[in-house]
Amino acid sequence: MKRLLALTALAISAFSLQVTPGLAEGQLKVYHWFEYIPQELVDKFEKETGIDVTIDTFDSNEAMLASLKAGKLGQYDVTVPGDYMVEIMRNEGLLDSYTREEMPNFGNIAPEWVDAPFDPGRKHSIPYQWGSTAFSVNRDVYKGDISSLAIIFNPPDELKGKINVLDSQGEVLALGSIYLGIPQCTQDRVQLKALNDMLLAAKANWASFGSDTAKDVLVSGDAAAGMIYNGFSAKARAEGANVEYAFPKEGFVLWMDNMVLLKDAPNRANALKFMNFLLDPENAAAVTNYAAYNAGVKGVEPFLSDAVKKSPENNPPANQKGEFIKACDQETQKLYDAIWTNLKK
Amino acid sequence: MAGLPRDEAGTAASYASLARPLLLPTWLIIGVFLLLPVLLMVVYSFLTKEFRGGVEWTFTLAAYEQFFVTRGLFGDEPPSIEWTYIIIFWRSIWQAALATLLCLVIGFPTAWFIATRPPQSRGIWLFLITIPYWVNLLIRTVSLRFILRDNGPLNDALIVTGLIDAPLPILNSDVAVQIGLFYSYLPFMVLPIYAAVERFEFALSEAAADLYANRWQVMLHVVLPAVRPGILAGTILVFIPALGAFLAPDLLGGAKAFMIGSLIDEQFRGSQGNWPFGAAISVILMTLVLIALFIQARAASRGAS
Repeated sequence: MKRLLALTALAISAFSLQVTPGLAEGQLKVYHWFEYIPQELVDKFEKETGIDVTIDTFDSNEAMLASLKAGKLGQYDVTVPGDYMVEIMRNEGLLDSYTREEMPNFGNIAPEWVDAPFDPGRKHSIPYQWGSTAFSVNRDVYKGDISSLAIIFNPPDELKGKINVLDSQGEVLALGSIYLGIPQCTQDRVQLKALNDMLLAAKANWASFGSDTAKDVLVSGDAAAGMIYNGFSAKARAEGANVEYAFPKEGFVLWMDNMVLLKDAPNRANALKFMNFLLDPENAAAVTNYAAYNAGVKGVEPFLSDAVKKSPENNPPANQKGEFIKACDQETQKLYDAIWTNLKK
Repeated sequence: MAGLPRDEAGTAASYASLARPLLLPTWLIIGVFLLLPVLLMVVYSFLTKEFRGGVEWTFTLAAYEQFFVTRGLFGDEPPSIEWTYIIIFWRSIWQAALATLLCLVIGFPTAWFIATRPPQSRGIWLFLITIPYWVNLLIRTVSLRFILRDNGPLNDALIVTGLIDAPLPILNSDVAVQIGLFYSYLPFMVLPIYAAVERFEFALSEAAADLYANRWQVMLHVVLPAVRPGILAGTILVFIPALGAFLAPDLLGGAKAFMIGSLIDEQFRGSQGNWPFGAAISVILMTLVLIALFIQARAASRGAS
């Protein structure tokens, strides 16, 4: 359903945005997610620089990759892949690199995001927005301690049979691994067997798998606890559900969207201007206020709206660590695919 | 139909030369939208999976091997039969068959009732049957979620009437999937049976009764053989879509166990997809359906002769 909506919007936006005439300062072709940048910010950039911005949209990392590989590379200057997709695109040679001299605002990148595992030292990308995936609990049903992933994987009696987990292999297996304290993309038999057995035992306590429905089941009360994206949990709270988002002590899953410089960019200089523009704290804050995630840029606080600034879902405690979902190699991925199928057969 | 009146036969003959050009659009549509996609699916099922979605154009039987043969989680055990996917198929077939049976049990008396009303009121009854199906299947399935949930109207009503003390956990169970399947496809059973019963010559059952057949014998030996084509058509129209359903298992069953439809869906989703395997599952499903249709067609022709 969501996919259809996004496709329709894509079709409409592709028509409406491409008719603006070129200006003297040249063009910028952005390949972006649907509804992920406020139009006012694009207008501001156009006004400041005189560059004419064209935005086409996609609805999944995989669709974007497929379309670039199918011949769109060389038509766009920048795009916005998720963490693991940056690594894939880098390995496939789809990204151009920039130097720090070319990016005056590089120093604004929050120090913890400069050395991202998917782009060490940030040679191709800048942070766009980031968030986390963990779980939420309905505090009317369960008032106890929710600081551990055991809430999902070895739940207390009050929550048994009332848990929704994301219908997504990456998140479920990564959170399961974090709970057991084993690395992602391991080939260690003992560890994989332990993960498999733990998940099968946990499944007996789960009510349902659902990603698109993850928020609705918490709001309606069908589930009393659920694995969830932080943005979804904030929305559930805004809709009146008494849910609390947990940053579990074992760790949680991180995701980060990044703006990357594409190889063979037709307007490379303008692309760098745009990336630099987005690293300006005021502009980064504008995106965050719009998308309600986190910026990954220093000094955004004064420009953030109160709702975003105070959102408990957006502010992990300083001592709690998240990790990105790793892109395993093909042989290892097979093992994880088998565990997932085994869980759902 | 041996006794076609002369003029009708004459009309048919005068259009005969136009048959080919007039059928051309139909053939084009069947070719482009049915045969070509099916052919693509068969071809893809023999290609090599490209890591992270897509295919490489190298012939392989890997997708079919994955379906039938397992070498253990780590791929180094001696090959044995892979039961995972057979169990998923069995579960889907069982659910679809049960839904078909329920549709028949409810649908046949309904169709009979409508067909035996006075002709002027039949239209209204049929209208009433089809009204809920003007709403999109997704919306109806989501609505069923609301009805079946623990604090939904069904459980509330049962508690108020004192039939149960605590809510029945229907949502996210096989029972909910079954209710969803049965409800989604009921009209596909009612309508063809109605069409068959409406054509039934009730003088025949009266004649059987005059000849001392009891009610059961009339039903078994006179009515059922006459309306059999309608029942068979209804059975096919319910069973086949129910077999590939994935909305009901996902939304009502909590997506806890793969059905054929959701298993195929998974193969084309995200970066973990496996297109050749998804295509191979589809080919295997289509083969099973074709075999079932073939058996049914033979049974029907035997019944007719």
